[in-house]
Amino acid sequence: MGLLELLNGARWGVHPHDDHKRPAADVPLRVMPLPKRLCVPLLQHVGAPAKPCVAVGERVLRGELIARAQGNVSAPVHAPSSGIVTAIGEVTAPHPSGLPFAAITIELDGKDEGLPTAESVDPFGLEPAEVSQRIADAGIVGLGGATFPSAPKAQLGRKLAVQTLVINGGECEPYLSSDDSIMRERAGEVIDGVRILMHATGAAEALVGIEDNKPEAIVAMRKAAEPFAAIKVRPVPARYPMGSDRQLVQVLTGKEVPSGARTASIGVLVNNVSTCAAIHRAVRTGEPLYRRIVTVNGGAVAQPGNVFVPIGTLIEDLLAFVGLKETPARLVMGGPMMGAALPHAQVPTVKGCGGILALTAAEITVADPSPCIRCGSCVKACPMGLVPLEMVARIHAGDYEGADKLAIDDCLACGCCAYVCPSHIPLVQSFSHAKGEIWKRAQQKKRNEFTKGLAQARTERLEREARERAEAAAKRKAARAAQTAAATGSQETSA
Amino acid sequence: MNTSLSSVLPAVAASPHAQAQGSISSVMAKVMLALAPATLCGFWFFGLPALSLWVVTVGAAVVGEATCLRLMNKPVTSTLCDGSAVLTGWLLAMSLPPWAPWWIGVLGGLFATVIGKQIFGGVGQNLFNPAMIARVALLVSFPVQMTAWVMPMTGAHAPGLLDALQVTFGGGAIPDAISSASLLGHAKSELSRGVDLLHVFASGLPTSFSGERPGSMGETAVLLIAAGGVALMLMRVITWHIPLAMLAALAIPAAIAHGINPARYLDAGTHVLSGAAMLGAFFIATDYVSSPTSRAGQIVFGIGCGFLTWVIRTYGGYPEGVAFAVLLMNALTPAIDRLVKPRVYGRDLKGQPLVLKTGGK
Repeated sequence: MGLLELLNGARWGVHPHDDHKRPAADVPLRVMPLPKRLCVPLLQHVGAPAKPCVAVGERVLRGELIARAQGNVSAPVHAPSSGIVTAIGEVTAPHPSGLPFAAITIELDGKDEGLPTAESVDPFGLEPAEVSQRIADAGIVGLGGATFPSAPKAQLGRKLAVQTLVINGGECEPYLSSDDSIMRERAGEVIDGVRILMHATGAAEALVGIEDNKPEAIVAMRKAAEPFAAIKVRPVPARYPMGSDRQLVQVLTGKEVPSGARTASIGVLVNNVSTCAAIHRAVRTGEPLYRRIVTVNGGAVAQPGNVFVPIGTLIEDLLAFVGLKETPARLVMGGPMMGAALPHAQVPTVKGCGGILALTAAEITVADPSPCIRCGSCVKACPMGLVPLEMVARIHAGDYEGADKLAIDDCLACGCCAYVCPSHIPLVQSFSHAKGEIWKRAQQKKRNEFTKGLAQARTERLEREARERAEAAAKRKAARAAQTAAATGSQETSA
Repeated sequence: MNTSLSSVLPAVAASPHAQAQGSISSVMAKVMLALAPATLCGFWFFGLPALSLWVVTVGAAVVGEATCLRLMNKPVTSTLCDGSAVLTGWLLAMSLPPWAPWWIGVLGGLFATVIGKQIFGGVGQNLFNPAMIARVALLVSFPVQMTAWVMPMTGAHAPGLLDALQVTFGGGAIPDAISSASLLGHAKSELSRGVDLLHVFASGLPTSFSGERPGSMGETAVLLIAAGGVALMLMRVITWHIPLAMLAALAIPAAIAHGINPARYLDAGTHVLSGAAMLGAFFIATDYVSSPTSRAGQIVFGIGCGFLTWVIRTYGGYPEGVAFAVLLMNALTPAIDRLVKPRVYGRDLKGQPLVLKTGGK
C-alpha cells in the first residue's frame, strides 16, 4: 500500500446505522405452505434461457426437469411441486420496467409428489467433472444474487487451477438475512457444500467470510467447520458492500482483482453460502434447485422473517403468508441498496431472490435532489475508489466520454454514493443511464465501422471489377487485333 | 389487494431505496453549532458593537442571496433554508474588525453572496470561498477600517447599547485610547521600521490562550475555534486532512525560520495561535465547495494554504495572509482534483488495469 493510499484512507463503503436485519433474522425459519399456482421463469440466471421440455396439460412431479439448459452458460429449471402445466408464456419479470419474460405456469395439485429419491452418493468418490455435471443438472446458480451458473464457474476454477475458495457469507445488504438463516440452521450442509466445491475445483483452502453482525452464524459455522483444517471461518467487519466479491476477496486474501478481470484470474473463486448448501443437496441427494430461503421484511410486513419458498411463488402469495400491516409504499426484490422495485405483486420469485421487502413510505426517502456541494462523501464512500461527483457532473454535461475516462465502467452500482449524498442526487441512476449510453455509442461505433468496411469493400470490388473488365476488354481487343493481323498476314501470304 | 397495490406503487423507482439521514441544511447547522461558542465569546470580548456588526453582516449576506435568487426566478425560501448564506455572512463577520462600521458589514455580506457565490451559479458552484473573497475585497478597498482593531473590553468597560449603536452606525472614528494593532500587524510594522522582534516583544508575546487581545472575533477566541473544529471532526462534517496539513505547513516553516533568526521571524506558536490561522484551518479552508474532494488532494490543499499563509505573513505586504492563501489554493482546487484522484480498485495510479502476475508459481 503506497503513501497515497495511506493518506487517502483504506476505508470504503457505508455503515448503515440501523441494518434492520433483526428481529426478522432471529425468527425461526418457516416453510411456506404450497400455493395454488407457481410461475417458474425460464431465465433465472446469467446466460441463455432454458428451453421448455414439457407441454401444456402435462403432469409434472416435484424435482422433474421442465426446461433444459441451452448452451454452455445456462441452467435447467425444475418443477418445485407436483401439478399440471397450464401455460408456457409470458409473466411480469421482477424488474422495475414490468416487462414480461417467459415462464412455465403450474397449477399445483397439493399432493407434492416427488420423483423417486435417488440413492445418496459419496461425492468424494466421484470425478470432479462428474460433480460439476451433477451441479449443472440440478440447475444451481449463484444464489447471492449474481445468478451465474455454478457448474461453468467450477469448471473455470478447475481450468485456472484456483487455490482458494472464498465463501461469501457477507450478506451486507440491510434487511436481508437469508444467508444468515441458512448458516445458523444448516451450517453442516453449507460446510459439506464447501467441501464438495473444493473437490470439484481442486482448491486447497476455503475462506468463509461472515460479517461480524452475525455472531450466531459465526458460532454455528465455526462448529461445523471444526473438523476440516482447510476451511477457515473468518469474521469480517460489517460494512456495505462487504458481500461484493472484489471487496470480500481483498479483505480475506489481500489480493486485488484487476479491472475488467474475474476473481478466478487471481486464483480465487467466490461462492455464496446458500449456493454451497444447494450444492450439498444436489450432489448428495440429487435434489435440484427448486426452493430457497427468502427473507420477507420491511415495515409493512406483519410477521417478518425467513421463509422456505418454492421458486416461482408469486409475491402476492408470499405476502399473504406473512401478512401485511399496511399497504406498502414500495415492493423490492433484493435488498434496499441494490434491489429492484417491483411494478406489482404478481411477479414470481426466482433463484436469485434472497429477499422481498414491503417498505413503508417512512422507510423510503423521497427527498428532492439539491445542488452538489462537493462535500466528497461519495468519494469517501465509493468502494471502487471512483469520484462519483465528477462522473455525475460529466454526465449532466453530456460528456459521456469524460465519464468513461473516470472508469465509470468499474462502478458496481452498489449505491453507497447515493446513500450518503446529503444533496440526495440520484447518482446510481445517472451512472446506469451513462453506462447504457456509453454502451450504445460503442455499439454504434462498431456498427459504423462495420458499415464503413462494407462500403469500402464494395468500392474496392467495383474498382477491381472495372479494372478486370477493362483488362479483359483490352486482352480481347489485343487478341482480336492479333487475330486480324494474323488473318491479314495469311491473306497476304496466301495472296 | 393487488389492484390497490399496483395503484400505490410508483411506476418507476430506482435503487438504492434507503438513504442516510443528512442534508445540506444539517451540515450547515452543524458548522454553525461549532462556530457558536467562539462567536458568543467574541460578543463578550467586544461587546454590543460586535453583535450589531454580526447581525448586519449576516443580514446583508441573506438579502444578497435572496435578491439574486429572486432575479433568477429560483426558489427563494427553500434555498435560503439550506443555511449556506447565513454561514457565509457569519464566517465573514468572524473575520472583520469587531468595531467596524455597519457599511463594512453590508458591503461585505452583499459582496460575499452576490459576487462570491450567486454569480458563479449559487451553492456548490463557486470557485472561491465567498467569505474570503468578500474579506479580501474589503481589505484592499478599505484598508483603514479593516485594520482598526480594539482591545477586548468586558464588564464595566464595555459600551452600553447607545454607545454600541454609535460605534457601528454612528460613523465616528474609534477613540485612540482603545484602538490597538493586532499582533501580526504590530510585528510587521515594527519590523518595517527596522526594530527587531526581540525588542518588540521584549516583555513577552501578547498571545494568550484566553484570547484577550485585539483582533477579529475569529482570532481572539482561538481555543474555542479549535474546540469547534474538533467538534466538526467528531460530527464527521470535516476530516483532519485539511486542518492538520494547513497548521503543520504553517508551523513547520515558522519554527525553522524562527530557529535560524528569532529577531526576524515570529515563532510557530504565534503563527498558529494568532490571526485567522485557526479559523482558516477549521472553518474556511475546509469549505466543501472550494476545496478538493479526495483525501490526498485535501492534504495537498492544506499544505498549500498553510505554507502560503506563512510566506505572505513573513514576506508579503499584508500582516495577515490566510484569506489570500486560501483564495490562491481555491484557484488550484480544480487542478488538484484533476491530478490527485483516489486510485481506482483494480487499476494503477494512471488508471490502467493492474497487470496480472502470470508465472509458473
